[in-house]
Amino acid sequence: MSLAEQVLGHERDNEDGGWITADGRQIGAVMMEMKNITLRFGGVVAIKDISFDIRKGEIRAIIGPNGAGKSSMLNVISGFYNPQEGDVFYLGEKRPKMRPYEVARQGIARTFQNIALFEGMSVLDNVMTGRLNHMKAGVLAQALWKGRAEREEIENREKVEKIIDFLEIQNIRKKPVGSLPYGLKKRVELARALAAEPSLLLLDEPMAGMNVEEKEDMSRFILDVNDEFGTTIALIEHDMGVVMDLSDRVVVMDYGKKIGDGTPDEVRNNQDVIDAYLGVAHD
Amino acid sequence: MGELSRDAGGPVTSVPALLDRNAQAWPDRTAYREKEFGIWQSWSWAETRTEIRNLARGLLNLGVGPGEFVAIIGANRPHLYWSIPAAQMVGAVPVPVYNDSAAEEMAYVLDHCGARVVIAEDQEQVDKVLEVKAQLPALEHIIYLDPRGMRKYDHTHLHEFTHVQEQGHALRDELTPELDRRAAAITYDDICVMLYTSGTTGKPKGVVLSNRNIIETSKNSAEFDKLGAGEEVLAYLPMAWVGDFIFSIGQAYWTGFCVNCPESVETLATDLREIGPSYYFAPPRIFETQLTNVMIRMEDAGRLKKWLFDRFMAHARKVGGDLLDGRPVGGMDRLKYRLGEFLIYGPLKDTLGLGRVRVGYTAGEAIGPEIFDFYRSLGINLKQLYGQTEASVFITQQPDGEVRSDTVGVASPGVELKIAESGEVFYRSPGVFQSYYKNADSTASTKDAEGWVATGDAGFIEEGSGHLRIIDRAKDVGKMADGSLFAPKYVENKLKFYPNILEAVVFGNGREMCTAFINIDLTAVGNWAERNNIAYSSYQELAGHPQVLETVREHVEAVNRSVAEDEMLSGCQIHRFLILHKELDADDGEMTRTRKVRRKVIEEKFHDLITALYDGTDRISTRTEVTYEDGRKGHISATLTLCDAAVQPVASKKVAAE
Repeated sequence: MSLAEQVLGHERDNEDGGWITADGRQIGAVMMEMKNITLRFGGVVAIKDISFDIRKGEIRAIIGPNGAGKSSMLNVISGFYNPQEGDVFYLGEKRPKMRPYEVARQGIARTFQNIALFEGMSVLDNVMTGRLNHMKAGVLAQALWKGRAEREEIENREKVEKIIDFLEIQNIRKKPVGSLPYGLKKRVELARALAAEPSLLLLDEPMAGMNVEEKEDMSRFILDVNDEFGTTIALIEHDMGVVMDLSDRVVVMDYGKKIGDGTPDEVRNNQDVIDAYLGVAHD
Repeated sequence: MGELSRDAGGPVTSVPALLDRNAQAWPDRTAYREKEFGIWQSWSWAETRTEIRNLARGLLNLGVGPGEFVAIIGANRPHLYWSIPAAQMVGAVPVPVYNDSAAEEMAYVLDHCGARVVIAEDQEQVDKVLEVKAQLPALEHIIYLDPRGMRKYDHTHLHEFTHVQEQGHALRDELTPELDRRAAAITYDDICVMLYTSGTTGKPKGVVLSNRNIIETSKNSAEFDKLGAGEEVLAYLPMAWVGDFIFSIGQAYWTGFCVNCPESVETLATDLREIGPSYYFAPPRIFETQLTNVMIRMEDAGRLKKWLFDRFMAHARKVGGDLLDGRPVGGMDRLKYRLGEFLIYGPLKDTLGLGRVRVGYTAGEAIGPEIFDFYRSLGINLKQLYGQTEASVFITQQPDGEVRSDTVGVASPGVELKIAESGEVFYRSPGVFQSYYKNADSTASTKDAEGWVATGDAGFIEEGSGHLRIIDRAKDVGKMADGSLFAPKYVENKLKFYPNILEAVVFGNGREMCTAFINIDLTAVGNWAERNNIAYSSYQELAGHPQVLETVREHVEAVNRSVAEDEMLSGCQIHRFLILHKELDADDGEMTRTRKVRRKVIEEKFHDLITALYDGTDRISTRTEVTYEDGRKGHISATLTLCDAAVQPVASKKVAAE
C-alpha cells in the first residue's frame, strides 16, 4: 500500500504515490524527506527522532503548542541548523551538511517569524534582493551597468513586477519598508521569498499577529501561490482554524516529538493532538 | 474646425466606424495606455483596431447575435473598453455594469437586459455572476480578463478573454466578411449603449442611448472646449457611469485622444501624477479630498514652507482667478504670481497631478466655493457642468472666462432649456435618450412628445449672465409648516463645504423647524484629533467626542447665519442636529453608488433618531443594521447626543405683510 492510501485513504493515482486533491490539484512525488531527525542544543533536545515527508505541490503544515520545536524543524529544513542525528533527503538525494545560502540555491526560500526585511530599502528593492541567486553578472559588469548586467536587471525587474502585481502591493512599490504596517511587511516578505522562484517555500508563522481580515487575505495568497506557481509550501502556524483550511497534510509536534501526521480531519480527531492542545487532567 | 474633414470618406455613424477612421488617420498614435507591472503599456490606434476586431470575431464565434446584450463588469481597463466597440461591431448592445455592485444588484441589471454574454474583469466579478446565474436564464457565456484563480472553474461556459481573441484571430478568414457586413449595417439611430442609472429611488432604469446621441454630443462638447487628438485623460471613474462613457469612448473616439488606465485604485494618485492629464473630470468629492490632504500636509510642514505657502496662496486667491479669466491684473501682481508659480503653485499642481490640465470639469454635486476658488487660483481651469445620463451628460456647462462656483453654466451647444412653472428645469437636445428599456411608463413621464425631458431638478436662469442655477431636487423642495420654502440640499451643501463635515441630511418638510444628521470626515477630524492628542479607536467614538460636537455646532451656526441672509430660504435654519454613529454607505442602501443620499431610506431607517430630534430628547440609544462589503450583516449600537444650535431671527417681513 502506498503512503497516500495508508494515510489518506485516497486511491493511488500515480506511480510516485501522489494523488489529486478534491479541488483538482496534483500532489506529486516525495520532494523532501526528514528521516529520524534529532536536534540538540547542549542538553536540551529540541527535536526528538522525527520523520515525515513533503510532497511536490502540497501545502504541508507543522503545528504544535509553544516550544514544541516547530521553528527548529523549519530551521533544519532551511539548513540553518544541522541535526545531530538523522538525514534530510531532498529530491531523492541525501543532503550533506550545508550552509543556508547553499540550501537557498537548491530552490528553497523562506519567510521569518519576526520579519527580516531591510527596513530602510523600498519594497521594490527588498523584493529584488530575492532575485540574488538569479543574477550571474560579475561585480564589475553590475557597477558599469553594461551588457549582461543590464539585461539581467531588466529580466529580474519584470519577474519582480509580476510578483508585486500578484500580491497586490503595487501601491507601496516605492515606499520604504520601515514605514509599512505589520500585515503589509509580511506580504512583502512573502514577495521576496517568491522572487527567488523557489520550488519549496517555507513560511514561519505567516499569520502571526494579524487580524481576521489580514489572515483571510494571507490565506488567499498562500493558496494562490500554490495553485498558480505550483510551489510546494511548508508552513508553521499557530492558528488551528487557518491551518486546517489551508493544508493538505499536517504534522503535529509536542515537546520535540511528532504526535500526529495526516489530513486535517485525521489530525483534528487524534486524541494525542487534542490532549496536547487542550491539556490532560493529571490524576 | 479642420477636424471635420476627417469624415470626408462618408458619414461616421457608429463607434466602430470612428475606430476605423482613427486607425486609418493615426495608425501609430497612442490610443490606450495602461500601467501594468510598473510600466505604462501602450496600444496605438492600429493595434487597438486589431485587438477589437479579434475580440469581435471571437464574439461572433460564440454566436452573439444582433440586438443581444453584452454586459461589461470591471474597473477601467483597456480590454474592457475594447469590449464596447467589439460588441457594437457584431450588432450587440454593450451594457457596462457598476463593478462594486453586490451580486443581487448585479442580478437585477443582468436579468432586466437579458444579457447573453458577460465580460468580467476577474475572479471576484465572475464569482458574483456565478452566484446569481440561476436567476439569469438568458446568460450563456462569461468571458474573464484576468485568469488568476480561474483555472479550477468549470469552463463549459467560461472563456478567457485572450482565448476568445485568439479564436477570433484564427477564424479571421471565415468570419471577417460577416463582421464587416454587421459593422456596416449599424445606423445612426441604432442603440450605441445602455447605461443603468443608479436611481435615488427605486430600481435602476436602463437608459437607451443611440449612436446619434453619443456621437452628436461628443462632437458638440469636444468643439465647445476645443478638445483635440493630443489630449490625455485618465479613465478612473466607473465605466457604467455615463460621464465615463462620453469622455473615454465618445469624445476619445471622436477626437482620437489617448485614454490612460491606472494600475489600481490604490495607485491612482501616483498614476495621475505620471500621466498629467490635459483634460480631467472629477466629482467635487475628489477635489475636496485632495484639498484636505494638501492642507493636512501643510499643517505638518516646516515654518518657512508654511509661511511661503500661506503668503503665496493669499496672493493666488487675490489675482489667480482673474489671471485665468483674462481680466486685467497689475504688473507687480503678475510678477509676484509668476514667482509664486515657480515656488509654490507649479510644484503643488505637479504633486496633485494637475500640472497640465487645460480643461477640468466637476459635476454631480455642488462644489464648495473655497474649494473651487483654490484650484482656480492655482491656474487650473476648473469648470462646472450640469448633466444627466438621459442627456448623454451635457445640459449646461461653463464657457472659459465665465466660471463661477454658484452656477452650472449656459446651455451646452445644441441644448434648449426651459423652466416650468413649478421651477423644474426641462431640456431638449440631440443627446436626449431614446427610452428607458422595458419601461414605457417612466419614459413617458420623463420625456414628452416634443422631446422635452424633465430633469427633476428645480432651478432658475440668472438674469444678466444667462447661467443656470440649481437649487435642489424638484421632489425634495417642499414647504415648512409655516409655508416657507424648504430646500434641504441647499443647506446640506453649505454644511458639506466645511472640511470636517463629509455628509449632511436635513429634515423639515412640513415641520415647524429644520434638523440635521451629520457625518464627520474621518480624515480631517482624525488629523485634528491627532494634533490635539485626542485618542479614539473608531469612527463612532470620534463622532461622539464632545469637542467634535462643539466644532460641528459652530459650523451649523455659521451655516444658519449664511442661510438667514437668503430671504426665500431663511426658514431652513437648523435648530437641532446630531452626529451619526456610522458613515452613510451605499452597501447599506443609504446612498446611491454615485454617493447621493437616499432620503426615504434614511428617514425610515433612522426614524427613532428623527423623532428624538423633534421631541427635545437630549440623548438616545439606538441600534443599526450594517452590511459589510461581502454582504454579511451586523449591528452597531450607540448612544447619541442631540445638540441645539443657535438660529438667526427670521426676517419679520411675513408677519408685517399679514
